[in-house]
Amino acid sequence: MSFQPHLEKCKGSIREVAVGAEGRIGGESTFPFHLWEGEMPNAPMIAMEVYDEPQPDWPEAVRKVYEGVMDDPVAWAKKCQDELKADAVCLQLRSIDPNGTDASADEAAETVKKVTAVLDIPVFVYGTGSADKDADVLKKIAEALPDENIPLGPVDDSNHRLVGAAAMGYKKPVIAFTSMDVNLAKQLNVLLVQLGVPEDKVIVDPTTGALGYGLEYCYSIMERDRLAALLQGDDKMQMPIFNNLAPETWKAKESRVSEEEEPTYGDVETRGILWEAITATTLLLSGTDVLVMRHPRAVELVRTAIEGLQAQSKEQLNNE
Amino acid sequence: MALSGLQIFKLLPKTNCKECGQATCMAFAMQLAAGKAELDKCPYVSDEAKAELGEASAPPVRKVTIGTGDMAVTIGEETVLYRHEKRFEHMPGLGVLITGDMDDGEVDSLLEQLKQQEFNYVGQTLRPRVAAIKADDGARLAELAARADEKAGAALVLINEDAAALKAAAEPLKGKKPLLYAATGANYDDVAAVAGELDVPFAIKADSLEKLAELGQKAIDADFKEVVLDPSSATLGDVLMDQTLIRRAAVKQTFRALGFPTIGFPCDMTDDKMQEAVFAATFIAKYAGIVILSDLDPARVMPLLYLSQNIYTDPQRPMQMDQGVYPINDPNKDSPILVTTNFSLTYFTVSSEVEASKVPAWLCIMDVEGQSVLTAWAAGKFVADAIAPFIKKSGIEEKAPHKKITIPGYVAQISGELEEELGDGWEVQVGVREAADIPKYLRQMSKN
Ligand code: SF4
Repeated sequence: MSFQPHLEKCKGSIREVAVGAEGRIGGESTFPFHLWEGEMPNAPMIAMEVYDEPQPDWPEAVRKVYEGVMDDPVAWAKKCQDELKADAVCLQLRSIDPNGTDASADEAAETVKKVTAVLDIPVFVYGTGSADKDADVLKKIAEALPDENIPLGPVDDSNHRLVGAAAMGYKKPVIAFTSMDVNLAKQLNVLLVQLGVPEDKVIVDPTTGALGYGLEYCYSIMERDRLAALLQGDDKMQMPIFNNLAPETWKAKESRVSEEEEPTYGDVETRGILWEAITATTLLLSGTDVLVMRHPRAVELVRTAIEGLQAQSKEQLNNE
Repeated sequence: MALSGLQIFKLLPKTNCKECGQATCMAFAMQLAAGKAELDKCPYVSDEAKAELGEASAPPVRKVTIGTGDMAVTIGEETVLYRHEKRFEHMPGLGVLITGDMDDGEVDSLLEQLKQQEFNYVGQTLRPRVAAIKADDGARLAELAARADEKAGAALVLINEDAAALKAAAEPLKGKKPLLYAATGANYDDVAAVAGELDVPFAIKADSLEKLAELGQKAIDADFKEVVLDPSSATLGDVLMDQTLIRRAAVKQTFRALGFPTIGFPCDMTDDKMQEAVFAATFIAKYAGIVILSDLDPARVMPLLYLSQNIYTDPQRPMQMDQGVYPINDPNKDSPILVTTNFSLTYFTVSSEVEASKVPAWLCIMDVEGQSVLTAWAAGKFVADAIAPFIKKSGIEEKAPHKKITIPGYVAQISGELEEELGDGWEVQVGVREAADIPKYLRQMSKN
């Protein structure tokens, strides 16, 4: 009995979403990197983080990379584009946090304007998860930058009307955030589409857990998302997936605690970088389309993994 | 094709003698049908029944055990493609490559590391267990194998193309169940003969799944059960493809010739040690049974062990903790009291930081249906008039009557109200927002 591999025929595919001037995410007609049985027209995009205020509490490994640019988001963004050759940038609007600096919507919009002005690569804009404030700020950004194709998030079930309406008016993609639950994710997609947001302007943030801190929940939710989207052809699940992983991996104890404190843990810099890179690689295998990352070495490791995953000897399959 | 429990039952002796460990023949039949028992457990099945059942009763991915005692690695017995369907059964065995050209000092320090290295994570001890010994010279192979057994008690993989060399190294250690690596198209008969004679597992290796399946079928025809597959994938994409198609063959096609666990060598795929770890992560997430690294640098082994645990943990594990007071680091009546929600990730994060701080503390976990602090606060569940009654009823006042409690920094705004609701001289302190800052906070607090 000779071996005939079982190939999956997918009913559906992931929608392609345009980001920035020329960026494309999604579009897969198969499971992540299953190039032997389907297409993956766009490799997952790595968006490098830029913050709109300094991050003094970061571990040394990442602080030293961004030392000279931490208080200048424009310089920071340019560094990501020109020096670190990022595919994209994710502007994390930490300053708008009502429990922190509480910067105004106008100030935030001004920052986004300045940052997008100096970049050619796509920019994702992310708030802090405080629904009311995010709604205020994201709405203002949509108005202030009518011509930029910048995905705005997080949009949740409590502010989706406000942000959704603004995004529709100014043709912005939205990033729909739900808390680790396949059904809630689908429900929010349905709400956004009912509101009138075009289906190819919705990106999904399923909540990202770092390695050791809920990665497996997120992994399985993404696998189930993809099974529903591809095998069952559920068109309310066929959105590209966005994983905001860097803030999670770099706050894990294992990325921060020094070798002096925990002598059996090994070098803290290696550990921190791998915590990010291994979390990202695991997400590659469960269906991510956008990885938000921080350390340039981790980015390089994940890029090499993506290239490796794309290299397949399909000829060894007798395809029919 | 797989038989149903009832079909299997008809072939059993129906005496309910219990020797198989099940209460009845029917119960045993159901276990067989579910791939959870081996037919060998019943001493009374007829040879006819055996032939008929042999096929049906084996799990889709055969079970293989390498090594003995604490260091034994059991792999296989997997039944699904996706972990949400059913818990993945056996975490991969992680190990290190030891080669003939290493000097004794290097070998000993790797073995010492293999013996000592372990990490504690969510109440489990995780560790590497495998030493893969590769030497062209047969005498050196035997010598290193004996050394790895003696110094680390490791589960052994013996790597050589020559069946005689494998035999010489494995024979004195056959009770320790080393894995012979590998039988190929060129040496299959000789290696399989050694494995059969010594009763140890062996690996088969080929450069296409078709050729691998041919060797797998040969092994099945000769009634070998403990076989490990190496599809010798060239690229990371091939790793994903081969591992996926092998697992599909086993669980979707019941294709027995590929119904065995696999072994992978990320150590041979790159010279960049960090890249190697990232490649190893792919093997771990995607079904590999044994994964061999080029060394045991803890900064690289630790995340890989955590990943194994994450992928192989029970997907039904609830995301909520039970409500209650959790003592950490052996607290007493003067130890600080912290309160947070029962979302399991909140609990894991906070408790691991409190533990790391080495400061004894009481952690009050409140049932808010498994939501995080901010979500629960926004939903009106983690608010003053809910927290106060929980604290009062929790019994913490008997354990630590000092009436001081720390709330998460994210809900600073409720501190005044909570003080009022608690009354009775309670003092509410506002803690930190990020769990990572807890150790600093607790240490400062214990100084005052
Ligand atoms: S050992 Fe065999 S005969 Fe006895 S109860 Fe089990 S299945 Fe039945």
